Amino acid sequence: MTTALFEVGQRVRIADRTPPAHHRVPGYAKGQVGFIERVCGLHGDPEKFIRGDGKPPRRIYRVRIPQAELWQAYSGATGDQLEIEIFEHWLELAE
Amino acid sequence: MSKPWGPHDLGGQDGGPIDLAEHDTAYWEWQIDAMVRLALKKGLISDFAELRDGIEQLTAEDYANCTYYERWAKSLAHTLVSRGIVSAEQLAAQVDAVRLRQEAEAR
Amino acid sequence: MTGHDHDHSRTFQPDHAEPHSDGARVGLALRELLIEAGHYTPEEEQAVIAAMQHASPQDGGRIAARAWSDPDYKARLLANGAAAIRELGYEIEPYEFTVMENDASTHNVIVCTLCSCYPRSLLGMSPAWYKSASYRARVVREPRAVLAEFGVELGDDVNVRVHDSTAELRYMVLPQRPDNTEGWSEEKLADLVTRDALIGTQRILPTD
Repeated sequence: MTTALFEVGQRVRIADRTPPAHHRVPGYAKGQVGFIERVCGLHGDPEKFIRGDGKPPRRIYRVRIPQAELWQAYSGATGDQLEIEIFEHWLELAE
Repeated sequence: MSKPWGPHDLGGQDGGPIDLAEHDTAYWEWQIDAMVRLALKKGLISDFAELRDGIEQLTAEDYANCTYYERWAKSLAHTLVSRGIVSAEQLAAQVDAVRLRQEAEAR
Repeated sequence: MTGHDHDHSRTFQPDHAEPHSDGARVGLALRELLIEAGHYTPEEEQAVIAAMQHASPQDGGRIAARAWSDPDYKARLLANGAAAIRELGYEIEPYEFTVMENDASTHNVIVCTLCSCYPRSLLGMSPAWYKSASYRARVVREPRAVLAEFGVELGDDVNVRVHDSTAELRYMVLPQRPDNTEGWSEEKLADLVTRDALIGTQRILPTD
């Protein structure tokens, strides 16, 4: 459980699902593809804290997504990026 | 890209110019902040996730009309009532008492 | 214009100083019930408030000034923010603390779109605009337009990197050290650093 499933530089897709309860993935990031920017620590699962204890803990990754891929008609520079923290159970390897 | 799923899921939506005015934190806001931290410390709630969950269950109108600490207050009240730590009747009576006291002070 | 002038140019107004709203009354009523039932005491409340009021952006300024003055410290700060901040004696909550460096080619800016996560235990109370719906909604999609409203105009040679603080990490921006500050003491450097520069909605301009 403590071994990280993903490593820095891998391309990952953020799951596009909407549990009908508390979760920490904003709508705009669901279904998006990015790169693992860094592997972070294990933390309590926010989806398991509602009348629960947050277990099992989940690993967090920082995912870097080019802004131009995230937003239609993005008007900034092509090098602009967004970085977001995503729990492991929301990520899968992307092609 | 998925639709926002609650009143709090604001990233990427339209919005007006940002109000850059600075705001003092009123003492009652510090008290609510401290109440939430102490509720966590004392185990009345398990994690900030529970506070966020309660905020996310506010109606869109309530979310938009409440200030930051009003949302905290309503969320914590909702959770502690649903958990039986305070009763809805007790809370309603105490809200009345606070209102009457404030009105008396204003006169 | 220095960063300090920038902050002082804003109006300052109390935020709902009168707790007469429905939500505020619910909060005050709940507080009284919890104290009455013995869940916590007014003394504990005062201690928590005092601890929270103790944190301020000046602490972030001292950390930035140390990083500007000591390359080894800067390397440690960027590699493990929490450890490097504790090294200077600051007590911070047990989040992972991530410090992002602004330089000539990259500008970092922080937001929490889902609520308003902020490094409270280090920088104190977050500004009202950080918690506003407009900032949270817009800065992820149009960061350059938002930064322009704060007076930060960036060319296409500077990449903007927006950090959405969605989980258990907290962020601080290490501002770019302004030109013409060679040989300055850490104390003098720390005075240049503003809260907004530590969030990434301001760049510290060169002094004359």
